[in-house]
Amino acid sequence: MNCKTIVVELENYLDQDLDADLRASIELHLVKCKKCKLIVDTTKKTIEIYCNADPAPLSQDTRNRLHDALVKHLRRARA
Amino acid sequence: MSASKTNPAPNPTPPRTPLPSQVVKEDEPVLVAAAKAGDISAFETLVGRYESKIFRLAQNITQNKEDAEDVMQEAFLKAYEHLDGFQGNSRFYTWLVRIAVNQALMKLRKRRPNQVSIDEEIDTGEELIPREIEDWGPSPEDRYKQTELSEILNGVISDLEPPFRIVFQLRDIEQLSTEETAEALGLSVPAVKSRLLRARLKLRQKLDRYFKRSENK
Repeated sequence: MNCKTIVVELENYLDQDLDADLRASIELHLVKCKKCKLIVDTTKKTIEIYCNADPAPLSQDTRNRLHDALVKHLRRARA
Repeated sequence: MSASKTNPAPNPTPPRTPLPSQVVKEDEPVLVAAAKAGDISAFETLVGRYESKIFRLAQNITQNKEDAEDVMQEAFLKAYEHLDGFQGNSRFYTWLVRIAVNQALMKLRKRRPNQVSIDEEIDTGEELIPREIEDWGPSPEDRYKQTELSEILNGVISDLEPPFRIVFQLRDIEQLSTEETAEALGLSVPAVKSRLLRARLKLRQKLDRYFKRSENK
């Protein structure tokens, strides 16, 4: 196991898509290699921060336009 | 750091938790069934639930507010129009995301026909191992106010090239599975994985300047 393998397998490691042996080898390497541990931790954090960020609510104007478009569409569909 | 005698035994593979895209809110099938039966208020409830997420998705793909608003409207109208074709094999939101992605990609290609296509093979030739690695600490995002953090996240993701940005958006923000992402974008699973790895590393690198410990605010 070396640092390059860690980066190549990073996506599978973070998504828990690895067999137990490879996962165990990676975790052993992470205990020994501070650089790889930081790559894994900060990449994990990157995903977490984006994943947890709520979308900004729509402005009232945008929401009104969406509502108007839906109403118009429904009227046309019923006609 | 050298191997220590006290190294913990590697953990067994943890059970995979279901992705949010696979977790259906209890009332979603009821709302979808009611909307299919002609209950407009049920469809409006679904719109209200997902409008801001669909707008963000559209904006991250098109990088343009007006286009994003058009895409959001078109996606909801198309969803309503084709509701009878929704079989319930996936979550309603996943189905909606796929409609919105199609609309957004069409808009993007119309506006910028010469730009890199999402399904084009990309050989970045980049070294994947980051050169500079800084410690961020446990909660680097807490150093910023909510609006400031949103600006940073939006700015950083908009710098990514579309093939990376869109895969990251679907896989990590919308939480679609790798297979769902591949299907939505017409990519192979290995292509999604390769783009996702690069997207995650690029974003990590770009966020480094905001989150590294030495940048204490």
